[in-house]
Amino acid sequence: MPLWTLFGLKQGKASTAWPAEGGDDGQAGVLGMPRLHAERCPPECSDCAAVCPTRAIEALDQCIALDYGRCIHCQLCVEACPAGALESSGDWAYAVTKRDDLKYAPAPAVDETQAQAVRSGIRRVFGRSLHIRHVDAGSCNGCESELQALNNPFYNLHRLGIFFTPSPRFADLLLVTGPVTHAMKAPLLATYEQMPQPRWVMAAGTCAVSGGVAEDGYACGRGLEGVLPVDLWLPGCPPNPAAFIHALLVLLERQPQRVREGRYER
Amino acid sequence: MNPCVLRDLAAHQLRHACRVLLDAGGRMQIAYAWHPNHKLIEVRYLVSVGAGRPFELWRCPVEADQALPSLAEETPLLGWYEREMADLHGLVFQNHPEPHPLVLHEGARPQRPPLDPAYPADAPLAYVEAPIALPHIRNPDVQLLPFGPVRADVLESAQFLFFYVGESILHYHPRLFFKHRGMEKRCEAKRPEQGVILAERVSGVGSVAHALAYCQALEAAADCVMPQRAAWLRVLLAELERLYNHLHYLGHLCHTTTLKVGEAQGKLLEEKAKQLNARATGSRLLRGLVVPGGLAREPRLDGLADALETLRVEFFAYRQLLEKTDSHRDRLLTTGLLSHTLAFDQGATGPVERASGLDRDLRRDHPYAAYAELPLTVAGATEGDAQARANVRMDEIEASLALLQRVLLMLPDGPLRVPCAPPPGSEGLGWAESPRGSLYYAVHVDADGRLARVKIKSPSFSNWRVFPYTVHDSNMMDYAINEASFGLTVAGCDR
Repeated sequence: MPLWTLFGLKQGKASTAWPAEGGDDGQAGVLGMPRLHAERCPPECSDCAAVCPTRAIEALDQCIALDYGRCIHCQLCVEACPAGALESSGDWAYAVTKRDDLKYAPAPAVDETQAQAVRSGIRRVFGRSLHIRHVDAGSCNGCESELQALNNPFYNLHRLGIFFTPSPRFADLLLVTGPVTHAMKAPLLATYEQMPQPRWVMAAGTCAVSGGVAEDGYACGRGLEGVLPVDLWLPGCPPNPAAFIHALLVLLERQPQRVREGRYER
Repeated sequence: MNPCVLRDLAAHQLRHACRVLLDAGGRMQIAYAWHPNHKLIEVRYLVSVGAGRPFELWRCPVEADQALPSLAEETPLLGWYEREMADLHGLVFQNHPEPHPLVLHEGARPQRPPLDPAYPADAPLAYVEAPIALPHIRNPDVQLLPFGPVRADVLESAQFLFFYVGESILHYHPRLFFKHRGMEKRCEAKRPEQGVILAERVSGVGSVAHALAYCQALEAAADCVMPQRAAWLRVLLAELERLYNHLHYLGHLCHTTTLKVGEAQGKLLEEKAKQLNARATGSRLLRGLVVPGGLAREPRLDGLADALETLRVEFFAYRQLLEKTDSHRDRLLTTGLLSHTLAFDQGATGPVERASGLDRDLRRDHPYAAYAELPLTVAGATEGDAQARANVRMDEIEASLALLQRVLLMLPDGPLRVPCAPPPGSEGLGWAESPRGSLYYAVHVDADGRLARVKIKSPSFSNWRVFPYTVHDSNMMDYAINEASFGLTVAGCDR
């Protein structure tokens, strides 16, 4: 055992300082959601909508409507676009508190006051800390793989005062992955019922946000909409660990939301 | 079905054929059913007759209301496949030793079997409350502990039922398939190139292996020969996947023996491997590159060889420390013993079977991608305990790192992708040795060139069947260690 103590000491600090200034988010090279340059869309083109496996893109007359809540960043639309209107990007911080903020419409109804008003109010209750109960409601294990990474020495989630808790009775936030299969619906609702109030719910990953690739069918649901009241939406297939951290900090009002009306602020 | 040797058998010939196969040292691999037309069901058995020899595919037509003999007495590993076919196709297997629902849970009341083509699209299954089939226990000292499906920590959903007295587990019953999404049905009617997106999302940490097996099935159906560079790069992706999975495994195993620094280091090495994946491919889970006919785009390979060498040095030091830590090894040695016979009969696969003395690896025995051109060391052990399973994985990490350097050194130039359009009515089989073991995809294309049936056999479906046999008559203290030593996923099994 002393060997390990010595080894640990020799290794030094492995944790990133991110999101503090100068910290590495660890996502170099990661492809995120495609960027849309709607002005480049050729008239009556629907190539991207035709290849999208999750119906995230809808072809309109002059351009397209894009729902990032359905996007699994598979990059097929980028490859299919003849005009470069869709471009690969490293944009992954897609956590929003309103589902509609993930939808890109050609002419957004900009309402600054409302955008400012959307606040979870969680900070008033919990200060800066948070305890999370995770429920896998039928994921592919991709989201779990990235959630488990949050406690590795690089991301070291505890440094931010955020913890996973075994019991829903100690939890402030229910973090749900997966499209909510029929067999997992009752255990999911039972877990939610066991949580003390006030409580928050996060739809994590595109499956939980909108159903994802396996949506519907005889056994698969279409995410949390209509199942539980969702306070935080994070699409991604899977969201990377930094995206998870950013999302949790958005909920805690410690980081600004980057996406409004389907437009990503850089 | 390309590339298998076909054999047509009638229902009454199955038992005999099975016995002959087993006597000759062969092994059943998978069984599945499909509907060639609305009237007929055909049950198919994939059979391995030996390393280096092509798979055999046995086809057995089933008339409406005809029952098939269960082969689970001859070859127990078929037990789950038969129960799955009973649930999803409504087939009846006579004298099945475990005649209980598996995939759909007790209480499912589908109007028709869900994989029947006449099942109304998108109609959710009807469920009623129904008791679970469990052993009847009379002694009041025996307690039942139901654990899950929502378990502690960030874990996949599954329910485990323990019958126990004090510390001793008398009987263990895992209830899986809470996560059943009907992925095979979701593939139906999709265009073949769309299927790969679904295949990558059957088991997230096996994205490459699933995409490979699926694409190879399509390429077999289309008689398409992949460009050499793509074949070599597929090996690169598959071994990168093995690397981060096995590193995660070691970290998690340390978690169960409460070796905290060992856990941290294992998971830190996994994180480094995932960050390498992202820099090379744009995806930490290596998604989006493998497509039918080759690769979608060129990975970024600059700096990869150096980064892998750094990882190798760090892993070497980590392994040495693990091997010197008696408190860790004490918990693994003799824990979760799986005998050679049990591993073979119940269908263990991957590092689990190789740790119980079965020398099988699809990369060597039935090579795909560029594995035939690469020197491959297949790790093995005979002890069959948790330590042996960990050792096999540690040996595989070293073998993977050597293989990766070799691929980077000898990678041929050339195109990445050729057109791959399976003709209408064609079918193909694809396979891959995923980090957890053998993975098969059987793909049938309909008259319009769309997917008619996709059968997915993931390694965890095999190993979950085996695992309980190592838990009965063990103790609670060892359970978590034993489970971690199997390295199971639930998503792949449940689909």
